[in-house]
Amino acid sequence: MSITVYVPCDSSAVSLGANRVADAIAQEAQKRGVEIVLVRNGSRGMYWLEPMVEVATDKGRIAYGAVKTSDVAGLFDADFLNGGAHALNLGLTEEIPYLKKQQRLTFARVGITNPVSVEDYVAHDGYRGLKNALSYSQADIVKHVTDSGLRGRGGAAFPTGIKWNTVLNTPSEQKYIICNADEGDSGTFSDRMIMEGDPLVLIEGMTIAGIAVGATQGYIYLRIEYPHAYEILNAAIANAYAANYLGENIQGSGKTFHLEVRQGAGAYVCGEETSLMESLEGKRGLVRFKPPLPAISGLFGKPTVVNNVISLASVPVILDKGGEFYRDFGMGRSRGTLPLQLAGNLKHTGLVELAFGATLREVLYDFGGGSATGKPIRAVQVGGPLGSYLSESQFDTPLDYEAFAAIWAVLGHGGIVAFDETVDLAQMAKYSMEFCVEESCGKCTPCRIGSTRGYEVMDEIVAKRDLDKNIPLLRSLCDTMLNGSLCAMGGMTPYPVLSALNHFPEDFGIKAA
Amino acid sequence: MTQITMMQTVQTIVEGLKDKPGALLPILHGIQNALGYVPPESVGTIAKALNLSRAEVHGVISFYHYFRDHAPGKKTVRICRAESCLAMGGKALESHVKTKLGIDYHETTADGKFSLEAVYCLGNCACSPAIQIDNAVYGRVTAESFNEILTEQSA
Repeated sequence: MSITVYVPCDSSAVSLGANRVADAIAQEAQKRGVEIVLVRNGSRGMYWLEPMVEVATDKGRIAYGAVKTSDVAGLFDADFLNGGAHALNLGLTEEIPYLKKQQRLTFARVGITNPVSVEDYVAHDGYRGLKNALSYSQADIVKHVTDSGLRGRGGAAFPTGIKWNTVLNTPSEQKYIICNADEGDSGTFSDRMIMEGDPLVLIEGMTIAGIAVGATQGYIYLRIEYPHAYEILNAAIANAYAANYLGENIQGSGKTFHLEVRQGAGAYVCGEETSLMESLEGKRGLVRFKPPLPAISGLFGKPTVVNNVISLASVPVILDKGGEFYRDFGMGRSRGTLPLQLAGNLKHTGLVELAFGATLREVLYDFGGGSATGKPIRAVQVGGPLGSYLSESQFDTPLDYEAFAAIWAVLGHGGIVAFDETVDLAQMAKYSMEFCVEESCGKCTPCRIGSTRGYEVMDEIVAKRDLDKNIPLLRSLCDTMLNGSLCAMGGMTPYPVLSALNHFPEDFGIKAA
Repeated sequence: MTQITMMQTVQTIVEGLKDKPGALLPILHGIQNALGYVPPESVGTIAKALNLSRAEVHGVISFYHYFRDHAPGKKTVRICRAESCLAMGGKALESHVKTKLGIDYHETTADGKFSLEAVYCLGNCACSPAIQIDNAVYGRVTAESFNEILTEQSA
């Protein structure tokens, strides 16, 4: 009987040599005349252990990592195909504490299945949500999503059910579902992991959304920086069509849903939903005024649901197990789970899906294991490039939308980037302004001109010139950007800038206020 | 590629995609995938097929960082400049790459092998610092490993 060996096809695992390891394993097996089935799975999200190879045994899957090509012959010698002892043997994958302590709902299948196999997906509880949805009325599907308390995981945390309800109740011959897969926030990669590791859960979520609101066409707007995800998504979509989970008369239900992936072109601002729709329409990605809301007049002027990858990928489990099941996770008004992404200077970087409510400190130390360099963690940026920098005194804040808002910070898309004591927060603030200069769409003045002036002022501050004049000038400028910008690009660039200034004034050459 | 075959390629791509809703970005991607860039000569053809002005088409090409209007080097090196990579020595790696290639951003090496571009996040933040060469992503890149990658990619 042949043994199944798993080597991730996830692009981060590949960036550490997973393809070469997979080839080496295949060659070594052939050389030794051993029959194996090599499956390219998604990543389990423990990136310090990647490339992580797993072997299916009677006791369960046993992991080995991090595997280099030079380890492969030794692994065969140690009989790793039967879970043999070896320095890289990590034991049963499911028992690794980093994974065991998580509450994986959205990521339940990632790393376990063959990402593009519909058969594998269905065998692991896939398409159960759609099956239920097809037996419900449209209003009942929306009610489950509303009851679950799911809020937009892209960062704005708007209740998904309310958005869907608006689209459902706006009559139109044509409606659209857009998946915002323009995961431009630095320090985030959960969308990518879903699209590469379990794309069918996203496809199922979008199909349910389409049926719920009466939309027959969906688009996944994918950033150009994710070429691997593009290939895997397209393969999964083709397989879903072939299995009649997309297209006309889905599973004999009479319902239709078509899905297409469109690539962005390297504009961060296109992650903003109205700019994204402009881009999909073939225009410059300029932000639109709201109202009208996209739910009423969105893509090509039609009612449109725009949701982030994680929001849509959380829908199947909600429809499978019910809104209440999902709602029972979390704290306060933040219901369910949030896939956190541990990045930057941490020992154990990776994907940690947890119910809302754990503290930042628990995540940084219990999961992240402290800094990779072994020095104290001095600053953490949560929520992408427009998120605040937090200092050590704030690490006990629970991961909850409202708790973060209360300390003038954002959870955003759940990206957590840690810095050790070598970081210069004034340089980081200058960088934030520079990023806004690069990425502003240019439509509104506070963002377009404000960022350029902000960069110049930060240049002066970094050089410690005229601080008495420049610090108040920076604050005044940030005030204008905060209150006068059309979207979050200019409106939130002051978050990293002012939080750096307020929590780390010594880096700006001034004393704490 | 001669001017004539280049324009034939553009024409074929435009014809194949022009009826898609929101066809402009798919067309520009198609052209850049085939030719490595979007030649300024193609703007008129695209504008005519989509019933847009040349200014509108040019405006879209120039808005997006990814589209370029001139031929790049054989391969494009992209360095991530975002926070996670900065937290893990991205700045030092950036200077090393620039020195090693002898070029700055938006430039191409004299032998035409490599162009250099900045990128803001490759989604490889758990393995910072990261770079990309064409479609291949590399994680936890050091000066030494970059030199090895470069040798490998030069072959």
